[in-house]
Amino acid sequence: MQSKTEASLDKTPALKICESMGQITSDSLIPILQQIQDAYGYLPAEILSEVSKQTGLNANQMYGVATFYEQFHLEPRGRHTIRCCRGTACHVKGGRQIINAIKRKLNIEEGETTEDMQFTFETVACLGACALAPVMVVDGVYYGKMTHRRVGFVLDSLETVEKETT
Amino acid sequence: MSEEIKVTIDGKEFTGSAGQSVLDVALKNGIEIPNLCHDPRLRPTGSCRLCLVEVEGQQQPVTSCTLEIQAGMVVRTETDQISAIRQTVLELLFYEHRGSCTTCDENGKCRLQSYAYEYQLGDESLSQSLYTEPAPNYTTGNLALEYDPGKCIRCGRCVRICDEVQMAHALTFKNRAAETEVTTAFDLPLNESTCVLCGQCISTCPTGALYDRSAQGQGQAKDLVKTRTTCVYCGVGCQIDLNVNPKKNRIVRVTSEVGCIPNDGNLCVKGRFGMDFVGHPERLTTPLIRRNGKLEQATWDEAIGLIAEKLTKIRSESGPDSIAGLSSAKCTNEDNYVFQKFIRAGIGTNNVDHCARLCHASTVAGLARAFGSGAMTNSIDEFKNAKCIFVIGSNTPEAHPVIALGIREAVVKNDAELIVADPREIELVRYAKLHLQQQPGTDVALINAMMNVIIEEDLHDKDFIEKRTENFAETVEAVKEMTPEKAEKITTVPANAIREAARTYAKADSASIIFSMGITQHTTGTDNVLSLANLAMLTGNVGKESAGVNPLRGQNNVQGACDLGALPNVYPGYQSVEDAEIHAKFEKAWDAKLSAKTGLTVVEIFHAIEDGSVRALYVMGENPALSDPNLNRTRKALEKVEFLIAQDVFLSESAQYADVVLPAFSFAEKEGTFTNTERRIQRVRKAVNPPGEARDDWRIVCDIAAAVGTPMQYENASQIMDEIASVSPLYGGIAFDRIESVGLQWPCLDKDHPGTKYLHKGEFKRGKGKFHPVRFREPAESPDKNFPFILSTGRQLYQYHTGTLSRKSPAIHQKSPTGYVEIHFKDAKEYGIEDGDSIEVSTTRGKVTTKASVGTLVARGWLFMPFHFAEGPANMLTNDALDPIAKIPEFKVCAAKIRQL
Ligand code: SF4
Ligand code: SF4
Ligand code: SF4
Ligand code: FES
Ligand code: FES
Repeated sequence: MQSKTEASLDKTPALKICESMGQITSDSLIPILQQIQDAYGYLPAEILSEVSKQTGLNANQMYGVATFYEQFHLEPRGRHTIRCCRGTACHVKGGRQIINAIKRKLNIEEGETTEDMQFTFETVACLGACALAPVMVVDGVYYGKMTHRRVGFVLDSLETVEKETT
Repeated sequence: MSEEIKVTIDGKEFTGSAGQSVLDVALKNGIEIPNLCHDPRLRPTGSCRLCLVEVEGQQQPVTSCTLEIQAGMVVRTETDQISAIRQTVLELLFYEHRGSCTTCDENGKCRLQSYAYEYQLGDESLSQSLYTEPAPNYTTGNLALEYDPGKCIRCGRCVRICDEVQMAHALTFKNRAAETEVTTAFDLPLNESTCVLCGQCISTCPTGALYDRSAQGQGQAKDLVKTRTTCVYCGVGCQIDLNVNPKKNRIVRVTSEVGCIPNDGNLCVKGRFGMDFVGHPERLTTPLIRRNGKLEQATWDEAIGLIAEKLTKIRSESGPDSIAGLSSAKCTNEDNYVFQKFIRAGIGTNNVDHCARLCHASTVAGLARAFGSGAMTNSIDEFKNAKCIFVIGSNTPEAHPVIALGIREAVVKNDAELIVADPREIELVRYAKLHLQQQPGTDVALINAMMNVIIEEDLHDKDFIEKRTENFAETVEAVKEMTPEKAEKITTVPANAIREAARTYAKADSASIIFSMGITQHTTGTDNVLSLANLAMLTGNVGKESAGVNPLRGQNNVQGACDLGALPNVYPGYQSVEDAEIHAKFEKAWDAKLSAKTGLTVVEIFHAIEDGSVRALYVMGENPALSDPNLNRTRKALEKVEFLIAQDVFLSESAQYADVVLPAFSFAEKEGTFTNTERRIQRVRKAVNPPGEARDDWRIVCDIAAAVGTPMQYENASQIMDEIASVSPLYGGIAFDRIESVGLQWPCLDKDHPGTKYLHKGEFKRGKGKFHPVRFREPAESPDKNFPFILSTGRQLYQYHTGTLSRKSPAIHQKSPTGYVEIHFKDAKEYGIEDGDSIEVSTTRGKVTTKASVGTLVARGWLFMPFHFAEGPANMLTNDALDPIAKIPEFKVCAAKIRQL
């Protein structure tokens, strides 16, 4: 059957990116994905399908690359990204409780985003700051020696800042 | 030949050629280096690390699949160190692999299993698997195949074959490390991805991780018996192995051997998943006779007796020419030979034809006039090395999928330039340098304009024209008027694109033309073919490797049915019935009085039924009630004919009109041969027992012949082939014992002849190649105010012909449930039609209701319908106007209108 072309997302930014790439080779794949993610905040499947059509880059490869690298996201992301460590050092120091506290506080599972699109929560094998274990990172800022009470403080403060600015 | 290189493996010296890997050379010489990620069809990646070997002078073991041989190399494939590493590699694999061999379908064929045994893995490595609950994956719910991540060893072969060989780019790995899994882009269900269900991924998987869904639980690999035979679905003639569970007399799955000719282990969806019809409960099992208007079961004696009585009566009342026979491009060469012999020698008429009339009659007529032989000039294997391929009027990826692999390979791997001339945006366009979207029915204008450019720019091969051809001057005259600008007006193809195409084609060292029914199914079909022959001769692209004029034949044995004389004007081997000498030769060989008058063609037979001059029709394995143009008229004729015999595997649409129905063997039940599109005569072998009282087609014909008093007797199919060889020089050297492992290509003149890879080398069959001045003519029917669209009909990948066979497969049905009409989205919008809407398509001959498929595959003003579907039969609409020479009807162009329902 033939393909349908119904759009719900605006394709213009994607088309512009494709155009700006000039000659497309297999080396263009990662830069394209990065720019698409910058433009849309994540990599929407329908946009990637369109990019595949425009550039001749195959969708299967895009998906393989997008799922391989941590930097790429196939789902929409919250405004804030919280990453928690499940490495050995953190685990020994009670990292599991920190993870559970975050899940309970935000009411989501690992890898999910809150319904209000404020928070995305992920866990990582090791955040490379074992001396500070247990560790949590919010939008790139490290919080060491976490306790579940501090989880509450940090997240609440983000929410308050949010409310004040809006 | 490339340079020879000597290497020593395990103390023995072997010779290989540059570029070969150590693994290639070892396997070729019977040294079994363990390997899991290797498939000769794929580029090596060295990812499984099982094929490690020690090389003298190198510290570390190296993967032999990625190691190119070098002169003097000394390799050891089995040392203590290597064994230990292999054992560890296998243990690691089993850490992630669910070792459930006892219940696995692949038990007995799985490579992982046999290596686990060979390297004596301990129980502990076999029992511990990380495997958890099966989560849904891209094959969940798919009826063709299933992927089981628990058995996947992440060798990547499935992903690579889909990318490198099939080029469908459907599969990928997702995630990393232990979470790596095969999937489609965005985890789409397989049938919604770009997958074309070729099953190449199953064929390369070394474990049971990918398997035919319908084969599960039907017999483990170790218990299945393989029979090598020829696929029944198209003219490519892929060699397939029917895997039968003898306990159940059932085809469990279809496999194909890597390295086999012509398909190298590759198949398409029909060959791989379309065999359900063989053991289908609706198969005919007894003869049927019409009594009081209803078809009722009967015995063979009753059926044959009735046929003999009727045929004898009609012949004595109205003469032999009041009887006609339709032979079959589905049946074997032996069946066709015996059938036409019966009609000619038993009945005494040349009224025998078959559906080649509807597909390639114009090819046979055109190429015979130009070159002296109406077949494909080159071999399938030569396409991949052609420098330029010009595909016109052939939707190769859908109609001849395995040939399309060679075309894509030529472009992607060998930098060939591809020109596609097709009104539709077919898949091959993706690979093409140029897409010429000519208006249907304007091919002669396009080709003449290309010739005009070639002559104008002095790109023609004067030497070839001078030495090997005749009649050139007249042809120059005919193309002179067709400038690219004039052609643009007629074809809508921009003049510059025509110029570019002409230059590309003319400048290439070897240029192959590939065409099919987009060229032939026109009232100008013979003209179209003649102009392609002109174009090839003009540039010297005939009679050499990877060049030529190549009609792709549709049905599995349409080439053979023509070769064996199931045509009204020729005996087997294209020997004219009107040539006195040949006529005498056959009267002697067949010991019978033969008619010297050319008989009626398919469409003429139906017209003769209308006027009462044909009173009895014997149809073997054809379905004119769906395949022929202007169905209302054809069906009326089937109703009207006084006595209709239908011999078939199913009660087809046509058989339902019959007075007597005879149950026949399917290809999987018979011995014989098919001739594929590259003239290769290949074996068909019995794999399962036939249902009920069904009989072999040629035996039924012999039974009837005996009953009308002209007995023909054969012990077996091989004996029939021997008789064929004795009367038809083309097949002179063919015998079953010569084609046991690989088929031979005709002409094969005697028992020592090696067969012919490409035709017209040095000299044309007819002596000199003959140019034919051809001028553009309009199609029989053009759109007007009332019927504003041009309607074309054609094939679709997933179905075959009238669907009698392919539509019995659940896997195929899931992917291609019903018919449709393709329409451009702007036209659809104008009519308020949305994708998937029910619409009515009508022409002056009839109307059908079908689904709209809205998009950009066809240009504005055009419609396209596949003809496989009985519930929206495209041939209700088509025009039965004929090409004056070949008598082929114009399936590709008629004027139509649409209406939303
Ligand atoms: S069936 Fe063919 S097209 Fe589909 S995924 Fe497998 S290899 Fe690719
Ligand atoms: S499914 Fe088979 S071919 Fe594909 S990666 Fe897994 S084991 Fe290899
Ligand atoms: S390409 Fe033709 S011969 Fe080969 S598997 Fe498909 S239908 Fe059969
Ligand atoms: S283990 Fe948590 S930061 Fe390394
Ligand atoms: S076969 Fe060589 S690494 Fe797998």
